[in-house]
Amino acid sequence: MNVSLLDYGAGNLPSVERALQRLGVQSERVSTSAGVAKASALILPGVGHYGALIRALDRDELRESLIAAIEGGVPFMGICLGLQALFQNSEEAPDLRGLQILPGSVRVMSGAVKLPHMGWDQVQLKGESRLLEGVDSEAYFYFAHSYAASYKADEQMETRATCWYGDEFVAVTETKNIFAVQFHPEKSGDAGQRVLKNFLRIAA
Amino acid sequence: MSLAHRIIPCLDTDGERVVKGVNFVALRDAGDPVALARRYNAEGADELVVLDIAASRDRRPTFLETIRKVAAELAIPLTAGGGIRTLDDARAVVRAGADKVTVNTAAVLLPGLISELSEEFGSQAVVLAIDAKRDGDCWHVMTTGGRVATDLEAISWATRGAELGAGEILLTSVDRDGTQSGFDVALTAAISKQVMVPVIASGGARWPQHFAAIFREGAADAALAASIFHDGIQSIRSLKEFLASEKIQVRLPC
Repeated sequence: MNVSLLDYGAGNLPSVERALQRLGVQSERVSTSAGVAKASALILPGVGHYGALIRALDRDELRESLIAAIEGGVPFMGICLGLQALFQNSEEAPDLRGLQILPGSVRVMSGAVKLPHMGWDQVQLKGESRLLEGVDSEAYFYFAHSYAASYKADEQMETRATCWYGDEFVAVTETKNIFAVQFHPEKSGDAGQRVLKNFLRIAA
Repeated sequence: MSLAHRIIPCLDTDGERVVKGVNFVALRDAGDPVALARRYNAEGADELVVLDIAASRDRRPTFLETIRKVAAELAIPLTAGGGIRTLDDARAVVRAGADKVTVNTAAVLLPGLISELSEEFGSQAVVLAIDAKRDGDCWHVMTTGGRVATDLEAISWATRGAELGAGEILLTSVDRDGTQSGFDVALTAAISKQVMVPVIASGGARWPQHFAAIFREGAADAALAASIFHDGIQSIRSLKEFLASEKIQVRLPC
């Protein structure tokens, strides 16, 4: 199978490529709306500033094609900022619109905690997760972020796992063909490899 | 459930080979950064740091090639640094495969560099390395590999660095580095409790109890060591098992 990685200049794109290579999967970078339209499976990696991602999507006129692909049923996986982009908006860049595919907002993480939320943390299942299938419930994943999608149980049936850091936030979300994780599977050892493998299996 | 305390091996290289703290006792190929990276990735290291301690301009391409090869081995985050003076230096290191960049001397000389890096890569990718040496009642910042003293006081420099956009502090005790007499608990606690970004403690590690103390009393978020891991004096897995038995949260099994 062939996976397309949306290339808007994200720092973690090569890491995702290497992780896919380890799983024996070739990926290609796409950076145009024509490329997105042709993709049979899409990964949106991302790390850094929310505004940089959203502005790049709009600058390169990728927003429409990305939404069309996702709504058209193309298997999609968002990583870190790639998860945050699916929501309505973010406090990190309040004047910008998210892809607005999922309900809810991205907020700065609050509470008496150090930011960024950086390092290995565990997640709590909120429903049956296809991405986390076969992953030990005690497994740790690597997080590196200061903003997160707030978890509201009654409004977010798509949430499959949450994490606690000052407050509860969305760690894994899944609905139909749309999958996203706040942690970095490409940097999360064997547990992360398993998550990527699960997505590839779903997408195949 | 909370964030695991991280164990981070550090490879000090001359750009190409691991040069510091290697006695070549237990391992035939302890000087090869790629072989070490592979081993630490498998043993349960939570991250890896690779530094170019020579940091000479003409050896830069070699160091970038080392980062490329090391990154290919890792399913964990990689931090690289040593001699990062400009945004372009940092870009090269990130393009080669590093997830985070450390800055030290150049940030002291030009604090705006921290903001530049943070704006480009996000604060989670910017590690401010501080070499601190005790001076009476406080600690002063040293530069140039711990050799040149500055007037900067370590706690206020760490606070300023975080304000400028550093997402993490890599704090090395110049007094303890290489002594194997334990981490500097007082220094680490002073900074970790003051600064609202994670702190990686470095310098002086020898025994598992040193790690327990730096997490418990030193309030460190992560602990870094080099020679005890390279020389096979301490395995990462057994260190983590010890810490877990002490009820200190670590990532196990890894």
